Amino acid sequence: MASTDAPSTTPGSTGVDGPTRARIGARTLREDRWWLAPLATFIVFSGFVVFATYRAFAGDYFYAEPYLSPFFSPCLTADCVAGSSDFGQPLSWWSLSPALVVLIFPLGFRMTCYYYRKAYYRGFWLSPPACAVAEPHGAYSGETRFPLILQNLHRWFWYAAVVIALILTWDTVLAFGPAPGEPDGIHMGLGTLLMVANVVLIWLYTLGCHSCRHITGGRLRHFSKHPVRYRIWTLVSRLNNRHGTYAWYSLFSVAIVDFYVYLLATGAFDDPRFF
Amino acid sequence: MGYTLKMRIWRGDQGGGDLGDYDVEVSEGEVVLDAIHRVQATQAGDLAVRWNCKAGKCGSCSAEVNGRPRLMCMTRLSDFDPAETVTVTPMRSFPVIRDLVTDVSFNYEKARELPSFAPPPRDADGKRRMAQVDVERGQEFRKCIECFLCQDTCHVIRDHEDNKPAFAGPRFFLRYAELDMHPLDTHDRRALAQGAAGLGMCNITKCCTEVCPEGIRITDNAIIPMKERVVDRKYDPLVWLGSKIGLRNRDNDGRSEA
Repeated sequence: MASTDAPSTTPGSTGVDGPTRARIGARTLREDRWWLAPLATFIVFSGFVVFATYRAFAGDYFYAEPYLSPFFSPCLTADCVAGSSDFGQPLSWWSLSPALVVLIFPLGFRMTCYYYRKAYYRGFWLSPPACAVAEPHGAYSGETRFPLILQNLHRWFWYAAVVIALILTWDTVLAFGPAPGEPDGIHMGLGTLLMVANVVLIWLYTLGCHSCRHITGGRLRHFSKHPVRYRIWTLVSRLNNRHGTYAWYSLFSVAIVDFYVYLLATGAFDDPRFF
Repeated sequence: MGYTLKMRIWRGDQGGGDLGDYDVEVSEGEVVLDAIHRVQATQAGDLAVRWNCKAGKCGSCSAEVNGRPRLMCMTRLSDFDPAETVTVTPMRSFPVIRDLVTDVSFNYEKARELPSFAPPPRDADGKRRMAQVDVERGQEFRKCIECFLCQDTCHVIRDHEDNKPAFAGPRFFLRYAELDMHPLDTHDRRALAQGAAGLGMCNITKCCTEVCPEGIRITDNAIIPMKERVVDRKYDPLVWLGSKIGLRNRDNDGRSEA
């Protein structure tokens, strides 16, 4: 009988090398490319974090009339350029980048999102890196202790995310306004299209949230007594089925719109205007 | 049309073991369990394997095929390249008894810790009533065949034996959710799910959903809804505020904490 080398199992060790488990000796016997998904997650998320952090802290080139970057909306501080503060500047005492005031809400929403949690627990914390692949950590307490118990605040961030999505919707309405040199009225450019696509994806992501699904109807014991909420729950459930997809798409769209506004604001690109 | 399948099968017990190589004749349309049975019949009469229905309904032949938790009877050989070596090991989260057979009694201990369904008194005509839409909600959860592949793949216990006393596992979160969503159950199981069952240990990486042979969306439809119910009870500011000013969800009326 040919065999693999069974490792010695130290008493008290836990996990797949534990003393009562089958002594197989490999972290996993999976032969597929299980490492690809967590690696892709790690690279893409890291890229987004680097890009968003740079843009948020740089605090400039975020407005090119009529487009306001979603990273900086609502723009509430004294550093907001003319035309970008649709809701005034109540935080005029704030001296850092205006993005830092608002980004905490979408950031908190996504950091506590049930889909993103799966993605970054796998991709960044390797807990586990993939199904049936042993994780490298010696101890594990899940989301029972600080700081991870704060994941339970997801619903708070969802409330804020709905407000942010409403504000981004208003920004998108304003994106149909005139660019410099154009007469008053309804206009449209490539930036308008990008902002419409972005806000649609943001809504699909926000309304497909597991907390939204719970609040609208999931918390009920009797669907039969709440037919309207049950109907809403079925619609939200349909979005929720693709929550991970919308999480990715909306992540890309928000970065693309910000980068597009950056290109326009720096003069590196001229917005093609349709009418 | 038959061919010779190369297999590696883990043989041993808690004292130690090896992956043994076997070449076995297989035919078109067969599954991994067929190949295991042929090895048992022709080459290794003492190979221990637990099985029963061969139809994916009894949940007995759970094992790991090429490192992935699977039912052997539902894993088609046509999914593999004929030249590929198929490796079969016992489930790696549970104590091994011998060869492919593991001791899954952990799961029965956890089942005993879960308070059973507690219906209210019957209606005046001796019946209990539920609307069809409420009956349908729990049907997904009742598809569970208790193969325990979700328990096997869950890293909370697979990689940390010391978590077993404090963690019930996905199969039982499914049961908690089913009962907590049941209109006739009089227990409020949220505190128990968070405390004794260790719901907070789950970091929702969805492996249980990935391996479920019944296609139950364990994470999205059971674990996350249970987590959200716990949030209702402990962490939601609006629920708390509502309770202070007399606004509250009357859906839980008539329930007492289990």
